[in-house]
Amino acid sequence: MLAKRIIPCLDVKDGRVVKGINFLGLKDVGDAVELGRRYALEGADELVYLDISATLEGRKTFAELVSRVAEAVNIPFTVGGGIRSLDDASRLLDAGADKITLNSAAIARPELIGEIAAKYGRQFVVVAIDAKSGPDGRWQATTHGGNKPSDKELFSWAREAEERGAGEILFTSMDHDGTRNGYPCEVYAALSDSLGIPVIASGGAGSVADIAAVLTEGKADAALAASIFHYGQYTVAEVKRQLAETGIPVRL
Amino acid sequence: MIAIIDYDMGNLRSLENALDRLGAAYTVTADPDTIRRADKVILPGVGHAGLAMDNLVERGLPDVIRSLRQPVLGICVGMQVLCRDSEEAPGKPCLGVFDAHVRRFSPAPGCKVPHMGWNDIRNLEGKLFKDLPSGSYLYFVHSYYAGLCPDTVATTLYAGEMFSAALRYENFYGTQFHPEKSGSVGERILQNFLAL
Repeated sequence: MLAKRIIPCLDVKDGRVVKGINFLGLKDVGDAVELGRRYALEGADELVYLDISATLEGRKTFAELVSRVAEAVNIPFTVGGGIRSLDDASRLLDAGADKITLNSAAIARPELIGEIAAKYGRQFVVVAIDAKSGPDGRWQATTHGGNKPSDKELFSWAREAEERGAGEILFTSMDHDGTRNGYPCEVYAALSDSLGIPVIASGGAGSVADIAAVLTEGKADAALAASIFHYGQYTVAEVKRQLAETGIPVRL
Repeated sequence: MIAIIDYDMGNLRSLENALDRLGAAYTVTADPDTIRRADKVILPGVGHAGLAMDNLVERGLPDVIRSLRQPVLGICVGMQVLCRDSEEAPGKPCLGVFDAHVRRFSPAPGCKVPHMGWNDIRNLEGKLFKDLPSGSYLYFVHSYYAGLCPDTVATTLYAGEMFSAALRYENFYGTQFHPEKSGSVGERILQNFLAL
């Protein structure tokens, strides 16, 4: 049976992980390669590395980091942050990334999804959507970390992304992100039902019960989490063990 | 020396990195003599099966591959082109080493296509799966699958279909999953192949 995936997310700035991480005995907690290896050993199903560098120099460092991650880590990993062109995607593929995420750049120029998928296959392209619910209940996709509204609506944009060649949709509710109050499961379920490609839930997990809910009621295929792992609340192995106890298929 | 066949079907970095981690020596090549002389041959592949066959034909490799007597491992599309034919390449014969027909998953409610992620393999047979328990999880990414056939040596269930997770005929092995991306279990399978 296909397992639900648990995916730790690491934010990287100038080559180093910037959020606090809970691995005891790790001398350099900022080392993105070592952390990736530790997560993989703990049972992470995939990893996501997001580049939040703002400088050209930071971007270069990130590409070098991707090569080192590919050498060291024996599970699939996705990279994102600042990918604006087929060339950017090609560089990261050549460095060894298994998938890339597109966010603002896909909203600005949706053709980019198809250009990358045509060259490298749809399994390589994850479209990330950060959306906020409006007073009318409409979920509006945003860019720039939720600060800038776009003209795209979550459901129609996700379907368009699928038609253009996206292999997965990574949806973050900006209303829930960082709150640790759980995910909007009904929105995830409707999104998952409306698509023929996997949906990854992101942002809002405060407990294993929240993750379990989005993987069952929310019909998500995978859950991406950062703070729940980084702040020492749970290890990946603990989360998966607890999910397994509730009957959710996970790889142990 | 292992020959990784280079026929422009996807990135080989993952496989090279996995072999590096195992300390195995390899060369990436499309040269028939180098392939024939290798101790082991790996035929990787990500992408379209029809294009994969075209690329093999263009490089004069189908007969070279069929005639190999050393252990050969096809991975993902590399395994699919070793089958008889594929719905992804209508009217085009594949290499015909495995007696399997490759079909597309029909989308079923709650079953997304591609089949992507970790799934368990069962009914394991042979040395490729030495020391691996039934129910081990491997990483899959594919929209087409080889049906069950006499060459099936591991099975997986998805979208209501039981299909071949791995095939074997004489010295030819094929895995639908990606051992190079499947954690320590995948590494074990690669080691088992290298030890053949």
